[in-house]
Amino acid sequence: MKVGVLALQGAFARHSEVLSGLGAVPLEVRTPADLEAVDAMVMPGGESTTMSMLLDSSGLHTPLAERLADGLPVLGTCAGMILLAVRVTDGRPDQRSFGAIDVDVRRNGYGRQIDSFEDQFPVTGLDGPFHGVFIRAPVVERVGTAVEVLAQVDGIPVLCREGSVLVSSFHPEMSGDGRIHERFLDLAFGAGTSTGPR
Amino acid sequence: MSDVARATGTQLVKRGLAEMLKGGVIMDVVDPAQAKIAEDAGATAVMALERVPSDIRRDGGVARMSDPEMILGIQEVVTIPVMAKARIGHFAEAQVLQALDVDYVDESEVLTPADEAHHIDKWAFDVPFVCGATNLGEALRRISEGACLIRSKGEAGTGNIVEAVRHLRSIIGDIRRITQADQAELFDWAKRLQSPLPLVQEIAETGELPVPMFCAGGIATPADASLVMQLGAQAVFVGSGIFKSDDPAPRARAIVEAVTNFRDAAMVAKVSRGLGDAMPGLEMDSLETRLADRGW
Repeated sequence: MKVGVLALQGAFARHSEVLSGLGAVPLEVRTPADLEAVDAMVMPGGESTTMSMLLDSSGLHTPLAERLADGLPVLGTCAGMILLAVRVTDGRPDQRSFGAIDVDVRRNGYGRQIDSFEDQFPVTGLDGPFHGVFIRAPVVERVGTAVEVLAQVDGIPVLCREGSVLVSSFHPEMSGDGRIHERFLDLAFGAGTSTGPR
Repeated sequence: MSDVARATGTQLVKRGLAEMLKGGVIMDVVDPAQAKIAEDAGATAVMALERVPSDIRRDGGVARMSDPEMILGIQEVVTIPVMAKARIGHFAEAQVLQALDVDYVDESEVLTPADEAHHIDKWAFDVPFVCGATNLGEALRRISEGACLIRSKGEAGTGNIVEAVRHLRSIIGDIRRITQADQAELFDWAKRLQSPLPLVQEIAETGELPVPMFCAGGIATPADASLVMQLGAQAVFVGSGIFKSDDPAPRARAIVEAVTNFRDAAMVAKVSRGLGDAMPGLEMDSLETRLADRGW
């Protein structure tokens, strides 16, 4: 289970820790050669404008778009979700997104840092609520018909899935609870493949 | 359903933004035009201030919080987080910055201190704080006051990396030594560092600061950025180094690339080419004021 973690900028190290704890092998991805070695991908939180620029300058944008089009399983959190969306509102005009999941998002839709929050909510298929940390989080404004909404907060989708693309507006890597990552590994490699502590 | 109400301003939420800024470059800017250049170059955040440190050093006088008008102007033109500086101990300036919805407050030695004994009680705020430190004891005192992000101080406005290296090595070296200490020695470490014992014990267990640690003060080139990242910084602040150089936009961009690829010397070489002159540097012995000495 080689899982690439996009390591251009942001909270990538935390994702690697969670993935290791579940028995996956995280590999930091900064170059097209790094990308070739992975069977699934995590796009972490950070600044989506910075990552978008670095995706271009690193030469990763085109090969990553191709892998995603070929069905590379991917987990996108916060900025990662923005990069995987179809349309991004309130981003930069030159900001690119991959359109890997049929959702539209508004960048920093919950407001500035002062409005960042943590909250608990039920997630379809998980026993007990998940504790989510939302940092200058994007708001999901439209969800396509093929997209399954797995969790909502105040009626707004916060965890969505289409095929083997899983996106969250919160940071599952920050709450010390690996269940969202475990769900992702199940999506990517088949149910029950992760081995770590629950 | 959730029986826990939604919570804002928690430690997790405050530290969370620092986590998101890792592996990036936070750039000092003095007006909206510079902020735009910084964002275009890939900055993860901008630090709004009235004068960059090298100008504060040159002009002397009392350096204060920036004009709110300028901060609002910067917030309008960029989508990335906007930070701003308050004077050490000046909690009223920090309250104003929180009221302006800045994303992070830097309680900074670059400005003239307002209190000679007390730093701001940062637990009293919902906005997160970053503070400078020259050694581990200072870092832990700031964390005990509620700072959610530590930056090694370096010597701001000099374009000279030597102090940043000294401070990083001091902080990281002591962390390494603490992980080797036995339980009894931790009491002595807490005493010597003038820091709370529980924080020292936490470091002994985890081998790292309880909050992220970035580097500031003296970074002028992509290689400087690579150096401090390899020494253990998790992101960098660049002050005068960008907008006091010959050609700010490409230099800003190059430093961003160097932080992402800090272990890849070929990449650092590639992005370092043809940037023009870096900011003029200053020798430590020539300084009248050591900004890093401010803070207690």
